Amino acid sequence: MSGAIPPSHSDAVVAARRGVVRDGLGVALATGTYGISFGAVSVASGLSVTQTCVLSLLMFTGASQFALVGVVASGGAPVSAAATAWLLGTRNTLYGLRLGPLLGWRGRRRVLAAHLVIDESTAMSVTRPDNDLARLGFLVTGGGVFVLWNLFTLLGAVGGTVLGDPRTYGLDAAVGAAFLALLWPRLADPLHRLAAVLAAAVALGLVPVTAAGVPVLAAGGVALLMGLLARREAP
Amino acid sequence: MSGLWLAVLAGGVGCYLLKLAGLAVPPAVLDRGWVRRTADLVPVALLAALVAVQVASDGPRLVLDARVAGLAAAVVLLVLRAPFLLVVAGAAASAALLRLLAG
Repeated sequence: MSGAIPPSHSDAVVAARRGVVRDGLGVALATGTYGISFGAVSVASGLSVTQTCVLSLLMFTGASQFALVGVVASGGAPVSAAATAWLLGTRNTLYGLRLGPLLGWRGRRRVLAAHLVIDESTAMSVTRPDNDLARLGFLVTGGGVFVLWNLFTLLGAVGGTVLGDPRTYGLDAAVGAAFLALLWPRLADPLHRLAAVLAAAVALGLVPVTAAGVPVLAAGGVALLMGLLARREAP
Repeated sequence: MSGLWLAVLAGGVGCYLLKLAGLAVPPAVLDRGWVRRTADLVPVALLAALVAVQVASDGPRLVLDARVAGLAAAVVLLVLRAPFLLVVAGAAASAALLRLLAG
C-alpha cells in the first residue's frame, strides 16, 4: 500500500481485496475437488493415469475434458474426441474477449493468463468493480482451481485404477450425471432448453447410423443452425 | 503415438489456443451476433447430446439400463440444489445399487 492513500481508503481496499481472495478460494475449493470425479471417470474410460493428468494440466477446462473422455468411452475416434473438446472450448474464447480489456495484459503475461481462462475465473473476475480487483479475482480463482483440479485429478485417477470394473460402482452412470450437472444452470433460458432437446434428439437419432463420436459433433451443428436462425441477441 | 495420446495432446493444445485467441484477437473480429448466439448455444447442445449418448447408448445401439436410474437420481439432486460431487456420486450409487439388486 502506498503512503499517499488515506488510511480509511486503504482499509477499504484491503477489505475488498480480502473479500475477492476469500470468494476466489471458496470457488476454487468447490470446483477443484470435483477433479476427483474427472480422474476416476477418465481412467474408467480407458485413459491411463498419465494421460488423465496430462489432460488436466494441458487442457484445463472441465467440460471439454469430460467430453473428450466421454467420446473415448463410447468408442469414438481420437479426432472426434478432440473436436468435441474444441467445440466446448470455444466458450473460453468468448470469455477471453470480455477478460482481455479487464486484465490488460500483454506478451508473456497474456500467454500465461490464457491458460487460466475458464468458467470460474471469468465469473469471479468480470463482476468486480475495478481492473485491479478483476485481476486479483481472476488469478486467485484460476490459480486455485488449477492447483486443486490437477491434484484431485491425480487422486481420482489413482483411486479409479484400484476400483476394478467401473460399472460395479456405477461410474458409467456418473459421466451422464456430470454432463447434466454442467448443463443444468444453462437450462433456465427457454431457447437453451429447446437447443438441449433438439441436440439430444439429433444425437440419439444418429447413434445407430453413424460412427461413435459423430452424434455429439452433429449436435454442434444444431447450435450453429439455431445461432444463424435465431433473431434475438444472446444474453 | 497412440490414438489416445493424439486426442489428449491435440485436444489440450487446441483448447489452450482457443483461450489465447479470446485474449489476443481484437474483440470486433468475433463480436458478431450469430457468432455470439452460436457460441452461447454450443455448450448447451453438446452437453445435452453427451448426456443422451452417455446414458442411452451402448456402441451403436440405443439401450435403457441402470444408467437411466442414475440420471434420474441426478435430476432429483440437481432440483434439490446439491453440489456437483454429490450429484455425480448419487448417480453412480443409484446405478450401482440397482445393478446389485438386479444381480
